[in-house]
Order: sequence, then C-alpha cells, then structure tokens
Amino acid sequence: MNEHTPILDAVCHLILLVGAALVCLPIYFVFVTGSLSQPEIMRVPMSWLPGNQFLANMQTVLSNANFGRLLLNSFIMATGITAGKLAVSVIAAFAVTYFRFPFRMTAFWLIFMSLMLPIEVRIVPTYESAANVALPLNILGSWLGIQALVDLDWNLVNTYSGLILPLIASATATFLFRQFFLTIPDELCEAARIDGASPWQFFRLILLPLSRSNIVALAIILFLTGWNQYLWPLLLTTEPEMANAVVGLKKLMPQSDSLPTWHLLMNAAFLTMLPPTLVILLLQRWFVKGLVDSGK
Amino acid sequence: MPARNNTAALPVAAGGGGLRLRWPLRRLFLKGTGDAQSESGLKRAHFREWRLPFWLLAPQLFILLLFFFIPSIRALIQAFQLTDPFGATTQWVGFQNFERLFRSGVYWSSAQVTLIFTIAQNVLALSLALLLAFASNHILRGRGAYRTVLLLPYAIAPAIAGIMLAFLFNPRVGPVAHMLQGLGFDWDPNRNSWHALALIVMAASWKHICYNYIFLVAALMSVPQSILESAYLDGAGPIQRFLRISLPMITPTLFFLIVINFVYGLFETFAIVDATTRGGPAGDLHPGLQGLSGRLRHARPRLLRRAIRRADGARAVSDLRAVPLRGASRELQRLGRR
Repeated sequence: MNEHTPILDAVCHLILLVGAALVCLPIYFVFVTGSLSQPEIMRVPMSWLPGNQFLANMQTVLSNANFGRLLLNSFIMATGITAGKLAVSVIAAFAVTYFRFPFRMTAFWLIFMSLMLPIEVRIVPTYESAANVALPLNILGSWLGIQALVDLDWNLVNTYSGLILPLIASATATFLFRQFFLTIPDELCEAARIDGASPWQFFRLILLPLSRSNIVALAIILFLTGWNQYLWPLLLTTEPEMANAVVGLKKLMPQSDSLPTWHLLMNAAFLTMLPPTLVILLLQRWFVKGLVDSGK
Repeated sequence: MPARNNTAALPVAAGGGGLRLRWPLRRLFLKGTGDAQSESGLKRAHFREWRLPFWLLAPQLFILLLFFFIPSIRALIQAFQLTDPFGATTQWVGFQNFERLFRSGVYWSSAQVTLIFTIAQNVLALSLALLLAFASNHILRGRGAYRTVLLLPYAIAPAIAGIMLAFLFNPRVGPVAHMLQGLGFDWDPNRNSWHALALIVMAASWKHICYNYIFLVAALMSVPQSILESAYLDGAGPIQRFLRISLPMITPTLFFLIVINFVYGLFETFAIVDATTRGGPAGDLHPGLQGLSGRLRHARPRLLRRAIRRADGARAVSDLRAVPLRGASRELQRLGRR
C-alpha cells in the first residue's frame, strides 16, 4: 500500500501539532508563571516568556509553605502504596492460581468483589475505619460485653499508614498478576517440582523473575496514582504537615482577602508534577505497557 | 508432604480430594457446578497444600476486610440510620434517608449537572482522542514524539490540571481569559455557572484524552493490514477506510472506553472540580463528587462524635467546622472578586 496523500499528511501533522500544543501550553504556563515575580503576574497581558524568579519562588515555597515536607509525604505515600500493593497482590495471585486448597474460589470471589466499589463511594465509613481500626473489635466487644475490647483504639488519622493502607485495599493488581500467571507454561512448574523445588522456591526463583516486566509496568501506574491522590489525603489529614503535595497546593490557591500569589502556587504545582512527569518520560515504554495491561 | 509430591494432579482425576467440603457447603461456595467449573483459574500443574496459600492470602484479605468489607457493609447499614448531631444515639429509620434525598432539589440538580458534565466530557475526550489517534495512525514519521507529548497529562494530578486551567481561564490574570475577553467574549467562570461547567469539562477532558488516545492507537494498530489493503485496492481512501473499516472493527475498544469514561466522569473527577471551581459560582454546580462534600456535611455527626472521643478532639472539631463554613467563604470570595 503505497499511497501518496500530501494534503491529508499535512492535515494530520497539523492536528497532532495542535493537540501537542494544547497539552504543552498549560504546562508551559505553569513554568512561566512560577518564574515571575508578584508584580509581573499582575501585568496585563502577562508575559509569555519565563522570568528569572524561579529559584527565588521555589525557596519561598519550600520554606514558607513547608512544601519540602509535603513532597516527602507524597513520595512516602506513593512508594508505600506501590510497594504495599505489589507485595500483597503478587503473593495473593500466586496463592489463587498455583494452589489447590479449600475455599480457594471463596477467597477469589472475595478479592474480586473489591473491584466493584471504588473508595469514593464508601469514603465516610472508610474514614471511620481509618480513624479507629479497632472499630470491628469495639462492636464485637459490646456484643460480648468485654470492656477491654470496647476501649481498644487505634487511630490512623494523620499517619502514613492511614494514608497508605486503605488505598492498598483493592484488587486490580491481583487480577493483573493472576491473568499473567495463567499465561505461564505449566511445564515450568512441573520441571521445578521434578527438581525438588518447594512452592516458595518456585515463586522466588522462577515466577518473580518472569513477572519482572509486569511488576515494573504496574509499579509505574501505581506510583502515578499514589502520587496524584487527592480526596483521601484531603480527608484523612488534619495537620498541614501530614498532607501530600497535591492537597498542599490547594491551600496555596489565592484567596480574595490576600494578594493573589499565583506565582507561588504555579511554582509549587510545577515542583509537584515534576516527579511523575519524569517517570513517564523516562519509562515511557513500560508505562504504556502498564496502562494497556491494567486498563487503569 | 505427600500431597504435594503427587505431581501433575489432573483436576478431574483429583475429584474432590483437594476440597474437603461436604455437599451443602460445596453447593454454597462452589455453586454446585462440579469441580471442572470450580477449578477455573487454577494452573494444571499446581501445589496441593493449604497452609502456605493461607498465609499468602492473609495480608490481602485482612486489608480488604478492614478497609473494604467493613466500610462497605457499614455504608449500607448507615444508609438506613439516622444519627443525632452529636452522635450520641442512632436510630433505624428505614427508607427515610432515601425519601429525603429524592425530595431534595440539591440532589436532583447535582445529579443533572453530573450527567451533563459526564456526557460532555465523554464526547469531547473521546472524539478528540479519536481524531488524534487517526492522525497519528496515518502519518509515518514522528509518531513516537507525538505520543510522548500527548501522554504527558496522565502524569499530572487531576487537581493540578484543574488548578492549571483555573489559572489560564482566570478572568483577572489568566492569559487565555484575556484572549477571550479581547475577542469580546464576556468570560467569567466566577459568575456564570455555564462557564464554570465548561471549565471543568475542559479540565477533565484535558486530563483524560491521553488515556483514550493510547487505547485507540493500540486498537487501530491491531486492525488487520490485509483488510485495509483490499479496501485500498477497491479504491477506498484513507478517511473512507477509517470510517468504514477501522472504526467498526475497534467498536469493542470504543465501548470499553465509553464505560471507563463514564466511571471517570462519575467517580474520579472530585479533585478537578474541587480544585477548579469548588462547585461553581453559587455552589449550584455539584458535578462529579462535588456533591460529596455536601454528603460529608450530613456525615458530620458521626465524624464529630469520633472527633470528640479523640484526644486531639479540639483540632479535629475546628477542622470539621470548616466544612460548612466553606460555603460562606465561597460567597465572600465571590464578592471580593467583583
């Protein structure tokens, strides 16, 4: 098929260029605004070229708004969610695909059900659960009349585990690994067993190395979702220094009673979107694989 | 462990050996469809053991129990309960909460706005993604570069996308808003609800086009070349081939994306709305989960009770009080902008 369509080619390039411009312009303006000074952003029309205040603004953001801490929180939260979810789901998927045991299908369906309600729908009781993880024991205690159980209290508000654990409670990663394990040839497992490998050895020496590319791809997606969380940290953190960077941004939004500090907000926004953008740019091949595999 | 060494356990030959359930339980958990069905998703070469898989499954099931099953069940129960403002007593009220919800005008208007928002976002994001996917499928050079750039929004948090567009379209400082005003268009999302709605539709679409795009590109590449070639020999041009062959062949992907886009519009856009417009000029726009902050206001009693029980009660209470106050501060802000 050797078509010559110069006009259509040009139109297609034009469409893509416009699309790319629409993607890049807002990001570019974030950078430009983040590098201007207060009087410069109030000027009409605003400058289209970056100013020289980027580092100064960055310093203000990092020191006054305590943004360094917030970025650290974001990082801990994102890596915690990524590592936790991967670890928990890869072993669960191994259990449901490679073992025959009572209630295997029950366990499978229990995990499957968790795909049906996203955290947004059950957010209030999830908050209650995070505010006191011992809540089910409290209820049990009040039924059985055991005062010690009723008084149990384990509060996760304003803690990293509170930010991380409830977001691990979903089965998308388990399903991805299950699908992948089902495509691995049976002969590998048989060969390993003939050689006398225990289930755990088989998992560690054969299954994990085989799933490395899936793990990397999924880790990228999970890291991005973890970094960009908004609703859950917004609810769960009452102390400003425990919020993540995205939530912290909203506090920098200009309010009407003060000087509109858009330049600081945009500087902070640029800092916040830098890590995930770098992840996508540097690991694009894996990222696309993860996106298409997980449908997320 | 003799059971484990019994290699190549054939599922049929193994009978019920691995699953020692009596028949009523078996019917309950295995839906009584026999072993062949019940062993779906099990490798032919598998291990027979129950202790190890139990410990492997325990972390996932434990976390799900704490943060999925218990909250979900409590959400269901609480839908039928009423709690007084200080959370001291709870009473069962049946469907009364639902009645109140369905009679409330705010709920219906927010549902309506959500629907308009979701459909508009769906149409915009899908059609633009389709256009871009067609274009990048047609050209030969520079595909990779375009793809890299077009994927960037996926990295950016929804809240940041919202803030970005809120800035660009801010009637006082935003460059795009200045351009619109220069064209004689009276743009002000702080006063006009429809402008605010357009703003969040744009922000939500901006964020989600890349997702649709990557799936459509993958689907278009999987259309068999032989069919396209025979259409070419029959004299069909590129656009005709796209509309008559590629598009019908990728309908499964399109359907999948429509579903995903609806899920996205309904559940995942809280951050965009909250960061961009905070529910529109008079709080009359509650698309997506913005209605949720209203729902949380009703949930306050329970949160309050919890807050009072906490040692750090004072701080939490003041924080919760900020929620209803936000409506008032929005009004003030609006006055300040005028």
